Amino acid sequence: MSSNGRFGLYGGRYVPETLAPALIELECAWERLHADTAFNAQLSGLLRTYVGRPTPLYRAHRLAEAAGAGHVSIYLKREDLCHTGSHKLNNALGQALLARALGKTRLIAETGAGQHGVAIATAAALVGLPCHVYMGEEDVRRQALNVQRMELLGAEVTTVHSGSRTLKDATNEAIRDWMTSYRDTHYAIGSVVGPHPYPSMVRTFQSVIGREARAQVLECEGRLPDALVACVGGGSNAIGLFQAFLDDDVAMIGVEAMNAASLGSGTPGVLHGAHSMLLQDADGQVMTAHSIAAGLDYPGVGPEHAWLQDNGRARYESVSDAETCAAFALLSRSEGIIPALESAHAIAHAITLARTLNPDSVMVICLSGRGDKDLGRST
Amino acid sequence: MSGKEMIASAFRVCALERRAALIPFLALGDPDFATTRVLARAAAAAGANIIELGFPFTDPLADGPVIQAAYARALKGDATVDGCFDCIQEITSGLHVPIMLMVAWNLVLARGVERFCEEAAAVGASALLVPDLLIEDATALNLAAHVHDLATVFLVGPDSDEKRVRRIAQLSTGFVYLVRRRGVTGVGVGADDLEARVAKVRSFSSIPVAVGFGIASAEDVREVARVADGVIVGSAFVQIAPDIAAVRGLARAMAWAT
Repeated sequence: MSSNGRFGLYGGRYVPETLAPALIELECAWERLHADTAFNAQLSGLLRTYVGRPTPLYRAHRLAEAAGAGHVSIYLKREDLCHTGSHKLNNALGQALLARALGKTRLIAETGAGQHGVAIATAAALVGLPCHVYMGEEDVRRQALNVQRMELLGAEVTTVHSGSRTLKDATNEAIRDWMTSYRDTHYAIGSVVGPHPYPSMVRTFQSVIGREARAQVLECEGRLPDALVACVGGGSNAIGLFQAFLDDDVAMIGVEAMNAASLGSGTPGVLHGAHSMLLQDADGQVMTAHSIAAGLDYPGVGPEHAWLQDNGRARYESVSDAETCAAFALLSRSEGIIPALESAHAIAHAITLARTLNPDSVMVICLSGRGDKDLGRST
Repeated sequence: MSGKEMIASAFRVCALERRAALIPFLALGDPDFATTRVLARAAAAAGANIIELGFPFTDPLADGPVIQAAYARALKGDATVDGCFDCIQEITSGLHVPIMLMVAWNLVLARGVERFCEEAAAVGASALLVPDLLIEDATALNLAAHVHDLATVFLVGPDSDEKRVRRIAQLSTGFVYLVRRRGVTGVGVGADDLEARVAKVRSFSSIPVAVGFGIASAEDVREVARVADGVIVGSAFVQIAPDIAAVRGLARAMAWAT
């Protein structure tokens, strides 16, 4: 576990000195607030009345049957039913409240698929702060619905034209903005990436997923699950689900996109302020990732996942764009649930895995978001 | 002379001449290594006292659009770390101006900290600056640099508190790089209590203090040179490179202003 921002050798804080005071201030405020009863009461109240928590844990019989794994109980943790359509609001809301407590007058964020962008724009509207979101040109094009939503919510969206024009580049621009604006601006990172305290802070905000799921599965099944499956881009929905089960005898599987598999194909290095795993060449130049899912199209990953892989507590698999699209269609037709393409990665691997499990095994999949943004791109 | 000695000597000479050291920055390999060699020579001839050379990197967080574009051009031209070291070797073999390297931590890690420092010293570099490495994590670098007589340079930010400034000043063995403004290279905002900030660093160490980020004109140089031991100019040079005459002209004007 992280005590000083480290997960084993991973994590840490690799940023120019200009940002050190801002991160130290953020870390202090976080330490104070996350133990603060009033702050937590306000956040849980909003999670309940505004976000729509607790989200259901749904037994997907028909998915299991359709996948040839009818002997396994497959549960979907329905983060797609959160307000704004994904788990991202759990974190965005927490950070918006934190920003307000810090006296910041502006929020900035990076976004890949746009779900974190929409979530932060939503949270900003709720707390009454102006909001500026950075999004890669490629993602602006392929997730246009979310750009529209952000703008309607009052956020300013800047299209990033540099580099691969996806999440990595949006993150670079958000960090550069913060290098200038840190005195009055809070940078709300959308996943468990970035310099300390972000990976720990975002994990804490997302851990509500696993806490709920654990209680729910115990209630439905009378026992803990055999396996947890979640997609991994930066890794926040996976960490959120896994967190509550770390000390249990439960297998944890993260699913990456085949051509953005930082954990599966990457090597240790430093990107966006943290020591983690990344896709890089021999010189240490960061390589471009590729995924049909904008939220997984990232050559890095959260440092805690790097550590969980290293110590064997979790394992990481990857699936192709084609397998993802097949899973997207399968869940839609069998259960009437259209998943985000990101979440469809988890579905794709989960059904392959389920076929190999013993009868009466129990599996929980995190359905991190809904797929309205992906219509027309899934075929 | 060791790297540390070369850096110290350059500042001493400037101090004797009652001027600040002029430290222009160039991006290695932008658009090719031959151009960098020519530009480095031109800058040295025009009065640069130390030359800072930046290793191109795909994701330079501290850099604004000018240097980002320079690194992108260099990488497009296939600038590898090996190629950068070869270029530095050619530059140092023809010049007596100390060379300082600016390199992202991920490039150092990929090479291996010890190996990177060994190679840097072998090709004649005098000092090393890793802009995304904080003092909390600088031990391994400082040790490896020390073993190879390379000077280290650390940044002091616009809002670094007294405790941090002291540690940074005490850890730097070449000089302290005072970041002038909040922001990335080439642009910046913030009130300028530069004289007080320089004085604060000097209260903790006798190491030279150079100021950089956003210094774009001879007038800027003059203003900074009044209070600091060195002036670092990056984007202003990168913007006009590869025009050798322009680089020479700017270097001359700025050297005059120190």
